[in-house]
Amino acid sequence: MSENNILAIITTKKLRDKVAGGAPIFFADNEEEVEELSSLLARITLAMVHDLENGIKIIVRH
Amino acid sequence: MFEYDEMFFFSLLLGFLARALMLKIDYRQFPSYPHSYVIHLTLGAIAAALGALVIPLLLEKEFIAITFITIAAQQFRDVRSMERESLAKIEKTELIPRGEAYIEGIAKLFEARNYLALISSFTTNLIYYYSNWYIALLGGSLVAYGLHSFMKGPTVGDIADVEVVEISIKKKSIGIDEVIMMNVGEEEALEIWSREGIGVKIIPRDEDARATLANLGQRQAILHDLSILMGIKLDLGLQHFSPLARLNIDNGSLNIIFIPQEPDEIFIKEAVERIPVLESSQRKPLKDKIGRKAAD
Repeated sequence: MSENNILAIITTKKLRDKVAGGAPIFFADNEEEVEELSSLLARITLAMVHDLENGIKIIVRH
Repeated sequence: MFEYDEMFFFSLLLGFLARALMLKIDYRQFPSYPHSYVIHLTLGAIAAALGALVIPLLLEKEFIAITFITIAAQQFRDVRSMERESLAKIEKTELIPRGEAYIEGIAKLFEARNYLALISSFTTNLIYYYSNWYIALLGGSLVAYGLHSFMKGPTVGDIADVEVVEISIKKKSIGIDEVIMMNVGEEEALEIWSREGIGVKIIPRDEDARATLANLGQRQAILHDLSILMGIKLDLGLQHFSPLARLNIDNGSLNIIFIPQEPDEIFIKEAVERIPVLESSQRKPLKDKIGRKAAD
């Protein structure tokens, strides 16, 4: 099985202190923008969006 | 002197026919028409010819020629690697790959079918020598048919019960019953899953079946065949619609989620039931004393 990689992290500005690390982080103004950004990023990178259910979404390539 | 030409002709004919009849095209579209046909029919004819030569050579006491026949039979081993290579090459072009275990199974099957042609033409040869041509043809066909049905392995329906069920969605996770199988981050995708997603539950009948279904190659083969039979809504860039097969580790049943093009429950059930059980994934813990005792 291929290596799984977090390609990007998408969240809102108010959750700024919940995210950090090596992957690119995208801050959105609101929930709708998170949804839109994550879906676009997933299409562009041919990867999949996962929701951590705390307002943070990650893009993972499987 | 004994008439060899008729004997050879009938044996060759029967061996060739036995090989040709097994080349029926089915939903797997393999072998691909028409070039693979030519390859396999030619090899089948060669195998049948080899089988048809054995008795005449023995009668003529041409023992050296017989050793040459065994060398020629070695060539059929290449059939397996030929099939394996070509299937492995096109694997990258499949949305849902066959998986290595399935490829190995197909390759093995194609090698074995040449031997089947060889054996049936040899039997026809033998019977012809002791009787006449129509008994020989009849006997040869019976042997070919017998071998063919012997080589037919079990299907998923033979070892397990199949149920089509609703998928369950808990917040962002989808699965079947208590088993969470996939976390979908997109609202839109989640909506499509809840509207069109279908779950299949494959419940093994015994411990042998449980061990077989747990095999990753077997699961991949089920996904591949199911996606071909029922059609699947999937494309590059839409990874969130990938079908998945995951075990319920408490009872060993195999859960599958996918989004079919044809959401017809009866046919989905039938489709899963007729998917072959791969030779390489079959496990038989119940054949052993320890396995039987542990299963109680």
